[in-house]
Amino acid sequence: MDYDALPQLQEEGLARIAAAADLAELHDAEADLVGRSSVLADLQKRLGTLAPQERPGAGQRLNSTRRALTEALSERRRALEQAARAAELEADRLDLTEIPYRPRRGHLHLVTQTQERLEDLFVGMGYTVAEGPEAETDWHNFQALNLPVAHPARSSQDTLYLEWGEPETVLLRTQTSPVQIRVMQAQPPPIYSVMPGRVYRKDTPDARHNPTFSQIEGLVVDRGITFGDLAGTIDTFTRAYFGPDISSRLRPAYFPFTEPSAEFEVTCVLCRGAGCRTCSSTGWIELGGCGMVHPNVLATCGIDPEEWSGFAFGFGIDRQAQMRHAIADMRVLLDNDIRFVGQF
Amino acid sequence: MRVPLSWLCDFAPFDLDPRELGLVLDDLGMVVEGIEHVGAGLDGVVVARILDIESIPGLDRVRLTRVDPGDGAALEVACGAWNIEVGDVVPLATVGTTLPNGMTIGRRKLKSVVSNGMLCSSVELGLGDDSAGILQLPADSTPGTPLAEALGIRSDVVYDLAIEGNRPDANSVAGVARDAAARLGLPFALPEPVVARKGEPAGAWASIEVDSPDLCPRFTATVITGVEIGDSPPWVQRRLVLAGMRPINNVVDASNYVMLELGQPTHPYDLTLLEGAGLRVRRARPGERLTTLDGVERRLGEGDDCLICDATDRPVGIAGIMGGASSEIGPETSTVLLEAAYFSPMAIARTSKRLNLRTEASARFERGCDPEGIDLAVERFCEVVGTGQVAPGTLDERRGLAPPEPISLRTARLNALLGTDLTDEAVRGYLVPLGFEAAPVEPGLHRVRPPTFRPDATVEVDLVEEVARHHGYSKIPRTVPHSPYVGRLTPYQRDRRLLRSILVGAGVNEAQTPSLVGPGDHERAGLRGARPIVAANPMIQEESVLRTSLLPGLLRSVSFNVARRSPDVAFFEIGSVFSRPAPDREVKGRDALLPDERERVAVALAGEGGDAVAAKHLLDSLVEGLRLADVALEEGVSEGLHPRRAARVTASGAEVGLVGEVDPGVTAAWGIQGRLGWLDLDMSALLSAPRRPLEQRPISRFPSSDIDLAFVVPEDVAAATVQRALQDGGGDLLVGLDLFDVYRGDRVPQGTRSLAYRLRFCALDHTLTDAEVAEARARCIDAVATITGARLRG
Repeated sequence: MDYDALPQLQEEGLARIAAAADLAELHDAEADLVGRSSVLADLQKRLGTLAPQERPGAGQRLNSTRRALTEALSERRRALEQAARAAELEADRLDLTEIPYRPRRGHLHLVTQTQERLEDLFVGMGYTVAEGPEAETDWHNFQALNLPVAHPARSSQDTLYLEWGEPETVLLRTQTSPVQIRVMQAQPPPIYSVMPGRVYRKDTPDARHNPTFSQIEGLVVDRGITFGDLAGTIDTFTRAYFGPDISSRLRPAYFPFTEPSAEFEVTCVLCRGAGCRTCSSTGWIELGGCGMVHPNVLATCGIDPEEWSGFAFGFGIDRQAQMRHAIADMRVLLDNDIRFVGQF
Repeated sequence: MRVPLSWLCDFAPFDLDPRELGLVLDDLGMVVEGIEHVGAGLDGVVVARILDIESIPGLDRVRLTRVDPGDGAALEVACGAWNIEVGDVVPLATVGTTLPNGMTIGRRKLKSVVSNGMLCSSVELGLGDDSAGILQLPADSTPGTPLAEALGIRSDVVYDLAIEGNRPDANSVAGVARDAAARLGLPFALPEPVVARKGEPAGAWASIEVDSPDLCPRFTATVITGVEIGDSPPWVQRRLVLAGMRPINNVVDASNYVMLELGQPTHPYDLTLLEGAGLRVRRARPGERLTTLDGVERRLGEGDDCLICDATDRPVGIAGIMGGASSEIGPETSTVLLEAAYFSPMAIARTSKRLNLRTEASARFERGCDPEGIDLAVERFCEVVGTGQVAPGTLDERRGLAPPEPISLRTARLNALLGTDLTDEAVRGYLVPLGFEAAPVEPGLHRVRPPTFRPDATVEVDLVEEVARHHGYSKIPRTVPHSPYVGRLTPYQRDRRLLRSILVGAGVNEAQTPSLVGPGDHERAGLRGARPIVAANPMIQEESVLRTSLLPGLLRSVSFNVARRSPDVAFFEIGSVFSRPAPDREVKGRDALLPDERERVAVALAGEGGDAVAAKHLLDSLVEGLRLADVALEEGVSEGLHPRRAARVTASGAEVGLVGEVDPGVTAAWGIQGRLGWLDLDMSALLSAPRRPLEQRPISRFPSSDIDLAFVVPEDVAAATVQRALQDGGGDLLVGLDLFDVYRGDRVPQGTRSLAYRLRFCALDHTLTDAEVAEARARCIDAVATITGARLRG
């Protein structure tokens, strides 16, 4: 082999590199072209045998050929590696739209979702959340709330009594107000609390009522609490809950445990006050009852009504859920039909 | 209560738009549930005189009349009523008229004749209740006059009002008018009937005796002789109909009219049917019976029932609630004894509740009528009834009626409760038009005497409410009090939310089921020893038994979905369960009366993958999420659960709940196929269980060594026992323990299984040597052998 054959060697070498179909062929080509037993290596060894004046020229030609081949080899290697990786990925192909929609996620009950929203709102206003038993004494549910035995207003509450103890002494609470009594007995004012929970009425389930439902009440007892504070608090939380364009109003009403008492209404959330079927064209929907805690109730709980005053309010949680989610039949809330539960 | 505007206008000159007046009533707490515009509905109805009546060939129920509608023409009108004669003056609905009942009159052809209108009954005109015949008008009415004009009837507006229980005064047209007039600053006046009294005095006709003045503090009787029973005048009938009552006859109608107008119920008797011509008021004796006007026999005397008896002591009515049939006003009645009384509200309420009998009268008496309003009501009755002669002197027995006590009202207290800045004058200015006498005692202090028709006003705050009501709730400035506290949930409440989100994150849906289940639901859930507490007065049987467990409710929910072809459901519920307390329960005060009530969380995993394994993994997620320190499973059987696939859950040895699968017999009974994973924990036990320490545990920087150990363990030794032995043996060096294989089969002896564990050893301060690992391994094997008798698998 002669140094003059180098151009041909380079040409043939480059052709072989280009023709290598995979990394193994390229590996063989590399060994043959620039490996230890290649022609190029042989010529390299023979460089020392040349006449001194020939050496630089031959060396330069040798290096130029080696460089050309080495560069072609690494370029080809990159191309082949890329192709191999692409083939591997192609073989690993997955169509993600073939994967069925199957979330590993349950749903909170609508009443819980609504209750938590309301709780959070009052917690943000500095209130605590108080709870109490669902099976209650007649005393906590009625008598302490200024509803003595045989008070006519009791009949409107459709009470479920339990066969437990003396007749008509233990009942399923008709309201969460007994928790107000428990809070007032347990802690001295100031009191800023809400009482959510399950309540019971003697009733037949229908589209509008479940005999078992949830309510939230609020109680504030502090120095100098006024009816204006009540109206302002209700306005603040209804705007926070329903939105700034919803206003509230109070209308005189009667509850034995508050005086003055009121029903509170908010702008109809469906028609935004324009008048619709839900609000009977009035633009307002009734939300709940409220009033200034009756002095008898404060006194019963050991709070001096001359020193402290307070307000209380209450409304249905289920009803809020019904309005927000346009629920036609309330019974669905206790059926736990997965086709319903899964929607929220 | 239905209140016609025209009636309100009898008491005060309400000249504002009816809608505006509705808003005023609403704002005063008399909630307007509806406003009905009652056209007189009489446009096109005129007075006509019958000129001629003849039969129509081929029709035997309808005759042809010729009537004079005022213009002299003889209009042919067919008529199916038989109470008409030539010369009668009757209402004629002309062609094109729409009657109050919605019927539009057209020209009709009947056989050979054409009918050009319709002669009307009182029902068709919305004026009364008599559909038997054509309404007869006074003979001197002029044909052609519009009927409304002839009868003095105008179109009207009827308010449907919801009156609150503390406002007996507003249960009357006059009371509503008084309230509204006060708000609007209009003059208000009650009627002042003038009734001439003649003849023998009442005492000569009848006697009264009150034996129980505690139940009946005032009782009066008025005698009216020479009464002719007949229809009431059209204006009385129309007002009763608008107010929602049925006209009966002039005497009964007058009684109803006065009740609606003034709120005082009265009861008219036929005096000749009262034995001994007198009334006696007394307590019912135990076991006494009376058949009331509605034909029902009532049993009395179980409490303080007040009876009205005749002079021979025979009961003729239940005082204030309903009369008996024996002395009822009939067509032949000519002498009326009118009872007008004041009964104890509590007594009426109790009797009415016990008999489950509520009437217009009882509803008013139990809320409290005006004992001093009786006299006006009696005079008004005599005026409205319009027949007979009133005997001089009303018999009147009153005992124990005290005038309302004066109430001290402080302006400062009022302003402090309302958040207002009202002056003394403004405060009195709101109370006086309502009938309160308010006299200044000193600046800032008033002495207020409530009127007798406001029994609800007894303490200062009652007056504060009246002032607030009439000042207007909307005029009170709104303020927001600032809580001195940082609002937050309790740790229990925060953890309960965390628990919910762990379960939801694990794919479980939250259910809520009724706390009351049906009889037999506990037994069907396998809870045979439950002994639940039941409701004393349930409305429906399906919700009459208090749950002792969340199992029956969740079984029902799963079953509900299975029946709707959704068998793969996972539910949890957090709710109260109720049971009979243990005898040694430590509860103080009134709470000792209550049943045991515990909040629990339960999970039911149905369908694919829903089994004890999944339930156990869910428990692990809760333990991990709540960072519980020492939760263990222990052997135990429980009602309703699979006896071989369930365990008790404990935390530091204390009972927390159950995990496993529901008994296959139970799931089958609820129509649920396959396994049903079950987790049921006591919330307070779970959330008060010890947590892992907050301080971080150091992590070794040195490499760890793993070894695998397989043991042949008898089936009756729990894997947990083996694990505890391994932990004992491994000590601090054992940092990882994983049961990676369980083998049952031919290669181990019958009644045993192989449990294969991977143990990871590591020290905090150096790399363990092979010798150290070997030593630890030996200790583990020894510990297992000592504690469980299990051998290393060969």
